[in-house]
Formats: sequence, C-alpha cells, structure tokens
Amino acid sequence: MLRVALAAAAALSVGAAEAAGDAKRGEQLYARCAACHALAYDRVGPRHCALIGRPAGSIAGFDYSAAMKSSGIVWNAKTLDRFLAAPMQRVPGTTMTYAGVTDAKERADLVAYLERAGKSADCKKP
Amino acid sequence: MSSFLAIPNPQAARRLFLGRSSLLLSGAAVALLAGRDVLAAKAGGSTAADAQILNTALAAELEAIAAYQVGAESGLLQKPVLDLAVQFQGHHKEHADVLAKTVQKLGGKPVAAKSKYNFPLEGLKSQADVLRFAARLEQGAVSAYLGAVPLFANRDLSKAAASILGDEAMHWAVLRNALGENPVPSAFVA
Repeated sequence: MLRVALAAAAALSVGAAEAAGDAKRGEQLYARCAACHALAYDRVGPRHCALIGRPAGSIAGFDYSAAMKSSGIVWNAKTLDRFLAAPMQRVPGTTMTYAGVTDAKERADLVAYLERAGKSADCKKP
Repeated sequence: MSSFLAIPNPQAARRLFLGRSSLLLSGAAVALLAGRDVLAAKAGGSTAADAQILNTALAAELEAIAAYQVGAESGLLQKPVLDLAVQFQGHHKEHADVLAKTVQKLGGKPVAAKSKYNFPLEGLKSQADVLRFAARLEQGAVSAYLGAVPLFANRDLSKAAASILGDEAMHWAVLRNALGENPVPSAFVA
C-alpha cells in the first residue's frame, strides 16, 4: 500500500512539474506569438501583461471578436492550455486564427512564461 | 559570418546586399490570389472563416508596413539596410493588397490600418535594434502563417498563405544575417 502511495505521489510530482512548464523555454516559444502580441501593449492581439486572472475580452478599448467577449473564459493555466491547443475550436469566431500549439509541453512552457512575464518589470511600468 | 553591418564600405555592402537579395527574393514574386475570381466561386460554407483568417493576416501585414515605416524614418538605418527595409515593406504592402482584395472577393470587409500603432520606440536606439525588432516581427509572421495554413477550407488559400510564409521567412533570414546571426538557425520553422 505504501509503495502504491509513493508511486502515486511520484507520478503526481512529475505531473505537477510538467504542468508548471519551463518559463525560459516558453520565452523562446513566445517568439511565435510576436506577429500579433506583445507583453505590455496591444497589437493585432491584446497585451499579455496581467493575463492570468483576466476575463477574456476585457481590455478596455481593444477590438475583440464578439466570440471572445462572450466566451466566459477567465485566463489561467488550465484555460490557456485548452485555448492554445486549438483556439478556433475553443472559441469559434475568435480572430486568433491560429491552428494551435499541439505539444502539451510547449503549451505548459508558454503558460509558465506568461505567468512569469506578468510579474516582470515590463509589466509593472505604469 | 559576414554581415551587412560589418562591411565598412557602403558601396560594397550595397553590392553584397543587392546580390544576395536578388538571389533570395527574386523567387518571392509568386502569383497569389489577385485575379483569381474562381476563388470566390470555389469557397463554400467556410467562406466567412477563411475571410477571417485572411483578415487577421491582413491586420498583421498592415502593422508590419507601419513598423518598417518607423524603421525607415528612424534615421538609424544606413543606406544599404534602409534599402532592405524599404524593399521588405514593399513586400508587405503587396501581401496586404492581395489579402484585402481576397477578403473582399470572399464577401468580407477588409480590416483597415490603425491610425496609430504601439511600437517599442524607446528601445530603438541603433540600427541593430531596428533590425532585431523587424526580425522578431518577421519570425512571428512566419509562425502566424504556419498556424494559418492548415485552417483554410479552400486549399488555394493555404497555398497562397504558404507562399507569403516563404517570403516572410526570407525576410527573417536576411535580417538575421544583417545582424551577424546564423540566417537559417534550424531545418524547420515553428
């Protein structure tokens, strides 16, 4: 029984590590987003500073799709993971017309980077 | 690796740039969608979705045009590199023109350029800064088109997007080369 419990704990630990992602690698992967997004300012896509915890479609003045505004999503690791996997399936009608990041580890790394970047100096400027 | 920036003689740099760019870019003038009225007829129920994909690409192209304008007017670019920026901006204008016309053919309304774009101007203090900024945009554009290619219902549009992707990838490679970086750092783009 103890062995099973230890094995389960180890599996959970590995799972947590994978879910946490590698922010440094995520920063490199974020270059893929650079056609449309930036951390600190809105572009074709909305800014990513303070993304975690933000309701989708909620930056004042940004021209979101109706689909995104009414999606009911609040961005966190789980919702970002699901959206990034297939944006147009998760939010049909989104203007983020991108096939998605199919690799779960890459998504975890991206999310880790976005979480870290939200606390960076770039995101603390007034 | 030789860089346009590392060549002290502007004439030599210009010859090198023009020689390379003609090799790299002459094949980029592909016939895309302009004049292909059959597209609209072939597009089925997914026309609106295809038009939206093109419109997102158009928005990014319009921003890229504005970004190159900022670079060209920055006073930071030496003549051979300025020529490069203006040439690449011209490609983005061609992309935007074709994309806008195609959105219209598909019954959509092309997005317009914004009256003002946000660019990290405070970070642009040298020619290398401008090149790095442009390279990052081009790299992002490659990824964006790569992410759009499989989405089109109309395969002709996938082909057209892939054609633009190829052009953006050449821009990215030339800009990396101008920065003294490996122009083609890997066998695949992502």
